[in-house]
Amino acid sequence: MRVRRVMGIETEFGLTRPGDPHASAVHLSGLVVRAYASGAGPGRALQSGAGWDYADETPLRDARGYEMARALADLSQLTDLDDPATANSVLSNGARLYVDHAHPEYSSPEVLTPRQIVVWDRAGEELMLQAVHTLAQGGEQVRLYKNNVDGKGASYGTHENYLVPRQVPFLAIAAGLLPFFVARQVMCGAGRVGIGQFSQEPGFQISQRADYMEASIGLETTLKRPIVNTRDEPHATGEKHRRLHVIVGDANLCDVANLLKMGSTSLVLGLIEAGLAPELELADPVTAIREISHDPSLRHTVELVDGRTMSALDILAVYREAIEAHVGDAADADTREVLDLWDGVTGDLAIDPLRCAGRVDWATKLAVLEGYRRRDGLQWDDPRLAAIDIQWSDIDPARGLAARMRASGRLTNLVTPDEVAAAVINPPEGTRAWFRGQCVSRFTGQVRAASWDSVVFEPATGQRGLRRVQLPEPELGSRADIGALLDSVEGVEDLLAHLVSPEG
Amino acid sequence: MAGQEQKRPQRREDEDTPPPAAPVTHQQDSDRTAEVDDLLDEIDGVLETNAEEFVHGFVQKGGQ
Repeated sequence: MRVRRVMGIETEFGLTRPGDPHASAVHLSGLVVRAYASGAGPGRALQSGAGWDYADETPLRDARGYEMARALADLSQLTDLDDPATANSVLSNGARLYVDHAHPEYSSPEVLTPRQIVVWDRAGEELMLQAVHTLAQGGEQVRLYKNNVDGKGASYGTHENYLVPRQVPFLAIAAGLLPFFVARQVMCGAGRVGIGQFSQEPGFQISQRADYMEASIGLETTLKRPIVNTRDEPHATGEKHRRLHVIVGDANLCDVANLLKMGSTSLVLGLIEAGLAPELELADPVTAIREISHDPSLRHTVELVDGRTMSALDILAVYREAIEAHVGDAADADTREVLDLWDGVTGDLAIDPLRCAGRVDWATKLAVLEGYRRRDGLQWDDPRLAAIDIQWSDIDPARGLAARMRASGRLTNLVTPDEVAAAVINPPEGTRAWFRGQCVSRFTGQVRAASWDSVVFEPATGQRGLRRVQLPEPELGSRADIGALLDSVEGVEDLLAHLVSPEG
Repeated sequence: MAGQEQKRPQRREDEDTPPPAAPVTHQQDSDRTAEVDDLLDEIDGVLETNAEEFVHGFVQKGGQ
């Protein structure tokens, strides 16, 4: 077993216009998306007038995983520039940038390793910051926050996606993940000032999302949110793949926690796929996830249906041992990295969570908050602490506390600024995101729309013949797969002519 | 649990030399306090001056 898997992460950013709490969030979100698309430079993003290809998927037969078809969909609905809610762009790094509900959302390209998740998630912060700067140059002040809660009842998501073979029964996935998701937050929670959905009780808790989880398993994502989400939208060949959509996690600003969040979950999915998930069943997962979140001392224990009681670290240790037994000595470098960080973080959490400052978001935030409490004698209901919690996640290092700590070397960086800068522009090479991103940068004016599993070309401006390349296999369309062809073709018509024929 | 294994040498060191154990922890604590104080001094300058108004103005629409 190894950690490698097709994965992605989506972040809905909080946003404000300072001094104008009644500004339309939908309008501001549209401004952010369009500011990036227009300010990023040639070949970096589809203009928002192009769009997302919402057309239904069709079965495909080509052995290479591509199918050519005349597009039948009327794409006019995607070109309405006057409606900010439809602001939508596909980027040269393979990501999607759009307005989701009332938040600008960055959906990372599909990657293969937890380290790549960190790189392309950080790229999302970076390009959002570029959009903020572009707007500021035009006199529009917008602030973006990489968090998940406003403390007044609203929560917005950071969603993880994992490709899982369709043959694995969903109930096995849910049963294997539930105790893990309840415990995982101690390694990767973002920390939050305030207890309860409306922060009605003063205090500090580990997770931003725990208080908004109201069911163990379910389809909803905006109300009655479940710990295990059942959305079944594979964005790939449905008979072969499932896209596990995870909504329980927090947005991370610490690289280590972000890598652990995705890496540990991919490994637990590996256990479940092998039928080796530990037999743990919590008596009440919804209560357990909140109680664990509310106890930063990590001493709290939760009840299992068999009568045992375990702490979050106890639960994680059971999963860790099962993974160790399954991985054996065969762990590759990416898997080893996850396991080493897991061991280091849980070992330190067991001694003193504040030892994890710089690696785990909630511990880092708590160290700062406790510093203010000690120095200035603040109680947990002091608005200064709530303000620090919000300002923590402002993506602009001019104000954002985590961003400043990263800049001054107080967060453990797993990736370099150069890697992040490159990932703003370039797609990951190992998945179909590479084809998508390369089409955006090479054929910008001729890409009319795209989606996770398609790119729609308009080969000649003004002609009605839209043509769709479908990419139902997430690992096809990689650089190894199609790079030589892309380098050899004269243009879109030539590319399409080659893709239509497997002999190409 | 590999996590505990990784930390065990450090613990053994503490157990083998009981007298310095407490002062070492103490020293680590005060180092950390000094470090945090440096950080607080640094971020004091960027913190919102009117915390109450800032918190009050941070209102988001729900998302997914």
